[in-house]
Amino acid sequence: MPDAILQSQSLGRTYRSAGRDLTVLKDISFRVEPGEFLAILGPSGSGKTTLLGLLAGLDRPTTGTVHLDGQDLSRLDEDQRARVRSEKVGFVFQAFQLIPTLTAQENVQVPLELQGEPKARAVARELLARVGLVGREHHYPAQLSGGEQQRVAVARGFSSRPKLLFADEPTGNLDAATGATIIDLMVGLNRDLGTTMVLVTHDLDLAGRARRTIRLADGSIVGDTAA
Amino acid sequence: MARRELQAAPRRRLLLTGTIAVGVAALVAINSFTRNLEESVSRQARSLLGADLSIAGRQSFSPRVEALLDSLPRNSVTARITSFSAMAYVPRTAGTRLVQVAAVVGRFPFYGEIRTRPLRAWAQLQEGHNIIVDPALLTALAAQLGDTIALGEARFVITGTIESAPSDVGFRFAFGPRVYLPARYLEETRLLGFGARVQYEAFVKLPAGTSAQSVAERYRRLLAPERLRVRTVAEDQRNLNDVLTRLTGYLGLVALIALLLGGVGVASAAVVLVRQRMETIAVLRCLGATGAEVLAVYLIEAVGMATAGSLIGALLGIAVQQALPQVLHGFLPVDVVPSFSAGAAALGIGTGMWIGFIFAAIPIFRVRLIPPLAALRRPYESERGGRDLWLVLPFLALAGSTVALAQVQVGSWRRGAVFAGAIGLALIILWGFSWALVRLVRRWLPERWAYVWRQGLANLYRPANQTVTLVLSIGFGAFLLGTLYLVQHNLLRQLRLTGGPARPNLVLFDIQPDQLGAVLEQLEASGLPRTAVTPIVPMRIASVKGRPVSQLLADRSRAESEPSNAWAFRREYRSTYRDSIVGSERIVQGRWWEKGGQSSGQISVEQDLARELGLKLGDEIVWDVQGVSVPSRVVSIREVDWARFEPNFFVVFSPGTLEDAPRSYVTLTRIDNAAKRGSFQRSLAERFPNVSTLDLSLLQETLERLVDRVSLAIRFMALFSLLVGALVLIGALATSRFQRIREGALLRTMGATRRQILQIVLAEYLSLGVLAALVATLLAVLAAWAVAHFLFDSAYELPVLALLGLAALVVTLTVLVGFANSRDVVRRAPLEVLREQ
Repeated sequence: MPDAILQSQSLGRTYRSAGRDLTVLKDISFRVEPGEFLAILGPSGSGKTTLLGLLAGLDRPTTGTVHLDGQDLSRLDEDQRARVRSEKVGFVFQAFQLIPTLTAQENVQVPLELQGEPKARAVARELLARVGLVGREHHYPAQLSGGEQQRVAVARGFSSRPKLLFADEPTGNLDAATGATIIDLMVGLNRDLGTTMVLVTHDLDLAGRARRTIRLADGSIVGDTAA
Repeated sequence: MARRELQAAPRRRLLLTGTIAVGVAALVAINSFTRNLEESVSRQARSLLGADLSIAGRQSFSPRVEALLDSLPRNSVTARITSFSAMAYVPRTAGTRLVQVAAVVGRFPFYGEIRTRPLRAWAQLQEGHNIIVDPALLTALAAQLGDTIALGEARFVITGTIESAPSDVGFRFAFGPRVYLPARYLEETRLLGFGARVQYEAFVKLPAGTSAQSVAERYRRLLAPERLRVRTVAEDQRNLNDVLTRLTGYLGLVALIALLLGGVGVASAAVVLVRQRMETIAVLRCLGATGAEVLAVYLIEAVGMATAGSLIGALLGIAVQQALPQVLHGFLPVDVVPSFSAGAAALGIGTGMWIGFIFAAIPIFRVRLIPPLAALRRPYESERGGRDLWLVLPFLALAGSTVALAQVQVGSWRRGAVFAGAIGLALIILWGFSWALVRLVRRWLPERWAYVWRQGLANLYRPANQTVTLVLSIGFGAFLLGTLYLVQHNLLRQLRLTGGPARPNLVLFDIQPDQLGAVLEQLEASGLPRTAVTPIVPMRIASVKGRPVSQLLADRSRAESEPSNAWAFRREYRSTYRDSIVGSERIVQGRWWEKGGQSSGQISVEQDLARELGLKLGDEIVWDVQGVSVPSRVVSIREVDWARFEPNFFVVFSPGTLEDAPRSYVTLTRIDNAAKRGSFQRSLAERFPNVSTLDLSLLQETLERLVDRVSLAIRFMALFSLLVGALVLIGALATSRFQRIREGALLRTMGATRRQILQIVLAEYLSLGVLAALVATLLAVLAAWAVAHFLFDSAYELPVLALLGLAALVVTLTVLVGFANSRDVVRRAPLEVLREQ
């Protein structure tokens, strides 16, 4: 089945720590089809963020492979993986990870600028309007509330029209109501733009919004259910 | 509280402590090395006089003078030399020659040595009727070792020849070949009768640690009525002294600059520290700590680190200083003995602690302004805060300290203040330019430029930007280094002008007018170069401004003013006449006569002599030129560089005045090979027995060694401060490292390539580096001109290429360190960095 957008094969990650090998992930294999909304659910320390990092090519696996849109990430060097990320991947993090020295609009523009998009400014404006931040374009992250910052992050995640969006506990730093609006926003964008979404969370309710859930415990997959 | 704070964040503190340590190490190493070097150079200088000071007069010392000599500091040692001119006669060859006799009592010289051939001749001089002679005399008299010489009514046996002996810098044409004999046989010669021109001189070696200068000052007053002159190495060797003063002044400047560079490093490290601790401080304030309490915590921390840094630095400095002579052994023609200087170490630790504290205090004073709210919400503007009068405090302390330190290092309050003012001005100008850069980039950043350039340049004005901090620290460092380099360049250039391989080393003097043609022919036949032939006319002063010398002297002895004036009135002048000025002279007042003009009876007087004689432009002097009165008028006053190996004169006449006076000629040549020099002197003496030659090569070698040392020391110090500068630059840039890594990781996550990130870094640091280097270079050119002009009184030349090279080096270093700062971004996986947040 060559048309999987994301495929992980026997993925494993071991860290050396204090002279001992610490296996965080072992033998993770699954496929994600285009347009899917997948939640990876697991308690703290189950290896969720590590898995997300490997899937997005932010880190290298100890064993196994990741294919992203048909490309074997383990065969690419860091710069080639960066290009893949730039073209195909968007991110939303728990701690927002906005660049503090850039305004809201500049933050959204970054992925477009990195691709050399000439209309970066207009696209960023449009996206900010879509996440409800008209009039806040020129504010710096520190001048925005947590919910507003995460909206900027969502706008940024979608700005380059990625095929795949990774979200790492996107509501973790927000109150329930604000978190819900952020998820609504992401679900809406997933539907409208056809973006594949991979959501990592420990929140059952949040995972319930996804159409498919992979449960992770102690570094292994313990369940894979479609809603 | 402060102790607990100290236990956190070891890496940042290491930077702060380390920067102080490097600054203090530089200060201690440079100050002790300077002291060692000064000692070794002044040892060299003392060996030219052979003693710490000398007391000389034209009469044998009175009982009062002898009593005064007995009252010299305990453990002083004295030697006496009585010197006069006399005819020497060798019965075997029937040769005769005017010689300069030096009759010695005591173990002279105390510094340096008199080398003789055979070696033991000097030690055995006092054992009998022995005489040691200048080798030129043997040539002139066709004599050899073992011959008997008659001086007056006494007979002496030639037991050796002089190889080298302490002598004056510069030379006096009046001297014939020297001979040394034991003073106790002086009476036998019966040459010291009435009318003999004798110089009585006592040489004194003072106990270690006694200042020759202060002893000289004291005795000069006491001995004034006795018409005795007191000389010390420092004042007598005027030219040497010039070089030494410049060297010490320069090294003092270097040490101060190294310390200030260290201070800049400390300030930037403290900036990092405060930035890192923002949240901690805000939380402390939330928990109820007052601004003053928080300030106290960090000030105590700063004192702790400054102390640790200073102690480490002092140890490091001592180690460097001990290792230096070993490392430089091959280069140094020197015997710089690395002796531990407790003074230098204490000074280093003290100033290191103080400077570290003050510089750290500048950013730390801002912690008072961090609002408790910052714990909840990071301020989006850099922690500039409002105007706070308290911030003026550390700046005032810094300004005061700089003045005080400059005073210690350079030796005058006025210069210290000027120095501190110049530094303040440089900082203000640098600040102004960085402010202008921020404005310029913000207003005018072309939309069309590639993203990486826009992003990099925009970093210059974005919140929490480091433009001002970096331009200030890089620019200030580059400014200090540039100034140092320029001053060094000009000092070295001047030393080269003074020295150089083309200098003549053999003087031919007492050439009679009827011999001149033949002597010049012989020089030409031997293929030897020569300087212009200079006529010399001996003369004395008859009257000054209409008052006879005898009357002037009587006035002066009543007023009991300095007796050295008397000598100036009474001495024999050997003057010359010419129509043009020479390279070693500079007119300071009045004008030189026009070439070929009607100018007879005009004179130009050397400036120190003019001061001693109290002469002004337009004053009349009547000269006694062997019985003939020659009136003259002062039309110019000259500064003379006596260190040049050229015939220089106190008084130069305009043409048309002395042409008919009895005169002799002098010319100089250079013969490198010692044997050839000897044989030329011999052949000249055979044809022209009355023409004297003076070999300057030994004196020149001594001076050359000295100049070599000085040049090397200057170069070495410049290198050392360059090293400190580079370290400080790294420290200054480290302030932004942590923020940069996070930003870079984010950009990487979003798909930025290594190349794009490096380009952003390049754009930012290139613009910072170029601005800082340009402004700093311009400032350095101005400052070095001022230093050369006002402090060292030396000519100024701009080494444009080297200067551009230095600017390029600063830019390259800035960009490289910027890259190094971003190294982690490129090397580490982005996830790793993001997780650390």
